[in-house]
Amino acid sequence: MVENRPFLDILTHLVLIAGVLLVAFPVYIAFVASTHEPSAFVRGVIPLLPGDNMVESYARMLGSGHQVAGTPPVWLMLANSFWMAVIIAVGKIAISITSAFAIVYFRFPFRMLAFWVIFITLMLPVEVRIIPTYAVVANLGMLNSHAGLTLPLIASATATFLFRQFFMTLPDELMEAARVDGAGPLKFFRDILLPLSITNIAALFVIMFIFGWVQYLWPLLVTTQEHFYTIVMGIKRLMAISDREPEWNLVMATVVLAMLPPVLVVLFMQRLFVKGLVETEK
Amino acid sequence: MQTKRSIFHNRWLPYALLAPQLAITIVFFIWPASQAVKSSFEREDPFGFRTSFVWFENYTRILADPSYLNALGRTAVFSVSVTVLSMGLALLLAVCVDRVLRTRRLYTTLLVWPYAVAPVVAGVLWWFLFNPTIGLLPYILDGFGIDWNHRVNGTQAMILVTIAAAWKQISYNFLFFLAGLQSIPASLTEAASIDGAGPAKRFWTILFPLLSPTTFFLLLINVNYVMFETFGVIDATTSGGPNQATMTLVYKVYTDGVAGLNIGSSSAQSVLLMGIVILLTFIQFRYVERRVNY
Repeated sequence: MVENRPFLDILTHLVLIAGVLLVAFPVYIAFVASTHEPSAFVRGVIPLLPGDNMVESYARMLGSGHQVAGTPPVWLMLANSFWMAVIIAVGKIAISITSAFAIVYFRFPFRMLAFWVIFITLMLPVEVRIIPTYAVVANLGMLNSHAGLTLPLIASATATFLFRQFFMTLPDELMEAARVDGAGPLKFFRDILLPLSITNIAALFVIMFIFGWVQYLWPLLVTTQEHFYTIVMGIKRLMAISDREPEWNLVMATVVLAMLPPVLVVLFMQRLFVKGLVETEK
Repeated sequence: MQTKRSIFHNRWLPYALLAPQLAITIVFFIWPASQAVKSSFEREDPFGFRTSFVWFENYTRILADPSYLNALGRTAVFSVSVTVLSMGLALLLAVCVDRVLRTRRLYTTLLVWPYAVAPVVAGVLWWFLFNPTIGLLPYILDGFGIDWNHRVNGTQAMILVTIAAAWKQISYNFLFFLAGLQSIPASLTEAASIDGAGPAKRFWTILFPLLSPTTFFLLLINVNYVMFETFGVIDATTSGGPNQATMTLVYKVYTDGVAGLNIGSSSAQSVLLMGIVILLTFIQFRYVERRVNY
């Protein structure tokens, strides 16, 4: 702080508190809605203070799901989302770190070509290639499977670049010393590069886990069987019961449960999250 | 492109290390993209028996189609409003957090978590708040004599999706603006303040110009976000309606291709979208990445 301006300090805090409230407000309302009975939404305006139906809403959605909407129990959708996010995160990191290792520590024909092929994935987000990708996955018989859900999202140019950049900053002597001591490339990778990359791996994991968790369009297309539904797409199914208003308390209980895991990851691993975000994007 | 000064020598290992990434890239990225390019030049008969090569007819057709041009315009309006709204708020909050000392971490924590909220969930949250029958905000707006119903009013539908999409993006912009502000040396603001420049003057003459690389980078990222990742927001709130008022380019690819099964037109739209992404990526790497050594 360069000077003492009490009025400006108060204003700063007021703006920040307003910002925090603005950001939290929709989630608070959703939580409140999830604690009321269905009758609270028949007329008038949505309630602003929590009700006493919380246990029932959550227990019902977690335990049995919603039969009319055809969604499985929420715990199953949470498990599906969790595995999808973990497979995507681990997969992206695994294939990217080996690619970066190959590109940095070897010289071989078509090295530039391989680099550009990986680079191209940056320009092909799943949204612009949905239909042909869907056709490929269908032809491979991977609809309604974890492979179909995750593989088309797993290639990662950003993670490859991040590891490449990190490896370039490591001193050459590290690798020369390892070679003098008789370590081959795989031993060097496993015993030296991997341990050195552990912070980067953790930071990337946080970002990629969230990326996998919030996927919506792709699971919507490739999963038609209930037991593969992810939580994020399950919400849409819950709202889409034809010809009537959604059962708001149940929808909002599911919304809160869908937000909770990735938000907790951000809150509890904030430092890794920020590191991952800043480094994958630059 | 650089490698290390000393390298390993192995004929097949580098290929084996690259194989998984390349296989996935080719099977799920490049092959589908090339299929999209191929079918953008073809037309299928209504029964799907025959496809014929039609040169650029799909392209000329969509570029002359008022509903495509409408989606293009809507996407532009949507992109600009979300970007301005979320970046403006994020910059304000970042400047404020940069001013406080003791509570900085607390405020940061309380502001960053929406990053982890799925776009479709953001859509559902705001859709609930703006629900014309029981929503809180239409009730308040009614007190001001505004009749809110985004199911029939296109402008209100656009406002709804803009707010939902911007709300989710504030945390991201905030983090990058804060990082940008903290990398500006304090001596600059101190010197200006000794010369008698007040907080507003310091912001506009020192902080804001020095933030311009961050701002430019965020502009590109936000446009990218609005164009591609807001599919969930729109699908949860308005489904492109009413009367195509919130139909973005990505949503149109989806409705024409998946729901309408018009593969030729949908593929041509995909290819045009790829063109836009390539352009954005090119700008990003040409003008933003120069500061970073790859």
